[in-house]
Amino acid sequence: MTNRFSLTMRIMHWAMAALLISMLAAGLLMVRSLEPWQLSLLTIHKGFGVVAAVLVVVRLVIRLAFSVPPLPQGLSRLQASVAKLSHGLLYALMVLMPISGYLMQYLAGRPVEVFGLFRLPAALSVDIEGYAIFREMHGWLAIVLIALVIMHVGAALHHHFIRKDDVLKSML
Amino acid sequence: MKKYLGALLALPMLVFAQQSERVTAQQFVDLQQGQNAHEGFRRAHAKGICVTGEFRSNGSLTDYSNAAVFNKGAHPFVGRFSIAGNNPSAPDLKAPVRSLALSFATSAAQQWRIAMNTPPVMAVSDPHTFYQQIKAIQSGTIAEFFAEHPESADFIAWKDNYQPSGSFAAEQYHSINAFYLTKDNGDKQPVRWAMRPTVNVANTSFDGDDALQNELTERLTSGPVIFDWVFTLATSEDDENDPAVGWPESREQIVAGQIAINDWQKQLNGDCHEINYDPLVLPDGIEATRDPILRARSAAYAESYRRRAVEVFNGAFEEQQND
Ligand code: HEM
Ligand code: HEM
Ligand code: HEM
Repeated sequence: MTNRFSLTMRIMHWAMAALLISMLAAGLLMVRSLEPWQLSLLTIHKGFGVVAAVLVVVRLVIRLAFSVPPLPQGLSRLQASVAKLSHGLLYALMVLMPISGYLMQYLAGRPVEVFGLFRLPAALSVDIEGYAIFREMHGWLAIVLIALVIMHVGAALHHHFIRKDDVLKSML
Repeated sequence: MKKYLGALLALPMLVFAQQSERVTAQQFVDLQQGQNAHEGFRRAHAKGICVTGEFRSNGSLTDYSNAAVFNKGAHPFVGRFSIAGNNPSAPDLKAPVRSLALSFATSAAQQWRIAMNTPPVMAVSDPHTFYQQIKAIQSGTIAEFFAEHPESADFIAWKDNYQPSGSFAAEQYHSINAFYLTKDNGDKQPVRWAMRPTVNVANTSFDGDDALQNELTERLTSGPVIFDWVFTLATSEDDENDPAVGWPESREQIVAGQIAINDWQKQLNGDCHEINYDPLVLPDGIEATRDPILRARSAAYAESYRRRAVEVFNGAFEEQQND
């Protein structure tokens, strides 16, 4: 079936969708909470954030190496470019979220521990202004990502239930 | 069917209502910073002075912990003496609590932040009650608060006997919260620690708002300021998760070495101001306990750090640096 994403792409899409939605929820919860689980969730957030960074690189390589199904017939030029742009932005944010997360920790001198297996290096002397840039970036880009995901899910459901085309099926 | 739907809707609301009794990191830091936040400064312990020095480890904790800081030898740190409160120009001698913070950047992957206060214990055992305690202090009802909180007994006993000294160098600074020293083989020893002063300074002839800072800088002209770093080992009778209860005097203590403070910088010129002394930045060989106060600190320090980092980025200190 040519109008379906390859199995690898579909697995990647749904695994990362689940991962990123959990990362967003974890992030928003943990920066507010004073409960004893905050430290555990923060540690998991950083570990899975590093996993997300690796996954998105693999995913982009696969995306660029293989063809994907065309957009459905009958979309206006504008709709088609919005669809392409929004997918491009989703990819961009999937790259920028972990990078900003890691750089904020790096500049604050906080080595990132990945599932107790290894630690990523941090700066030996702290740079508070650099921290400010990447901390704010991480927080604001997260909000942009949430908005995009809502639009994206809305569009997928719109295609499926209203336009009744094969867009959602192409990812199932 | 309707009943179930109602229950389904009520559930998140119940969870939310439960949640709303709980203080968030943002609410906590709002309370700490007060009505007029001092831009660019810490929301707690705003007034301080940067110091540098080294920990001269005698190697005696290597049986308990893998942390590189405990290997025999000298380990440099960037530290900070401070007083509690949100005012960066508060009078030193009026502050109820004095503090010492240390940052060891042993290697890119192994760093350790420590923030210690003069009391050996907290008055309460969890962050939400601590929030109420701060509110009670602010509204002048702390006596009533203590009367309602029997867990404050150890703190009050300390407070009644505590005589503030005339020097940052003559105070004893406590971890208050307990941590685990850990080995690769899985051994875990709960400990608290203190920096024990090596000088006795009953009073100071310095006065004015910066009395303690001036006393310190004067003292450093004639040599380093030394503390013994003393670890207290808990036994199975002690609750490492309750920061309000002291451990008996009879517990084994190990002196891990001495910290020697050699030099100082004004806080805005030194490296210490850029650091978030979050006590949950830990190297291999040291782990956090489940102490609810300890576990609350990371999120609150991060919120305070986020606020001041943005303010510094936006130029909060440009004026000060020009003159
Ligand atoms: C797919 C990747 C990621 C997503 C979607 C994500 C999402 C989030 C969100 C939504 C927040 C809350 C922000 C706020 O309320 O301002 C957050 C906070 C945070 N994230 Fe991430 N994150 C990701 C990756 C990472 C990585 C790789 C790291 C570090 C290695 C990291 C470290 C942090 C830290 C330390 C905070 C808390 C900052 C604070 O307490 O001030 N994140 N993240
Ligand atoms: C759970 C809700 C989600 C649904 C229902 C969903 C659905 C879909 C569908 C149907 C497509 C195919 C669009 C097409 O034919 O071009 C797609 C593509 C895509 N989705 Fe999602 N998605 C979800 C979550 C996410 C999340 C959380 C992300 C990332 C943050 C994401 C990123 C992407 C990207 C980048 C593409 C473009 C794939 C490509 O053309 O290379 N999706 N999604
Ligand atoms: C729930 C309990 C606590 C909360 C919410 C809290 C909150 C804070 C905050 C927001 C800061 C400013 C962080 C920054 O911007 O860099 C701070 C600094 C500090 N806290 Fe706490 N704290 C708590 C418990 C403790 C305890 C138990 C101790 C002592 C053992 C302590 C000692 C210090 C010290 C010494 C500093 C200043 C560190 C420095 O010089 O930068 N705090 N605290």
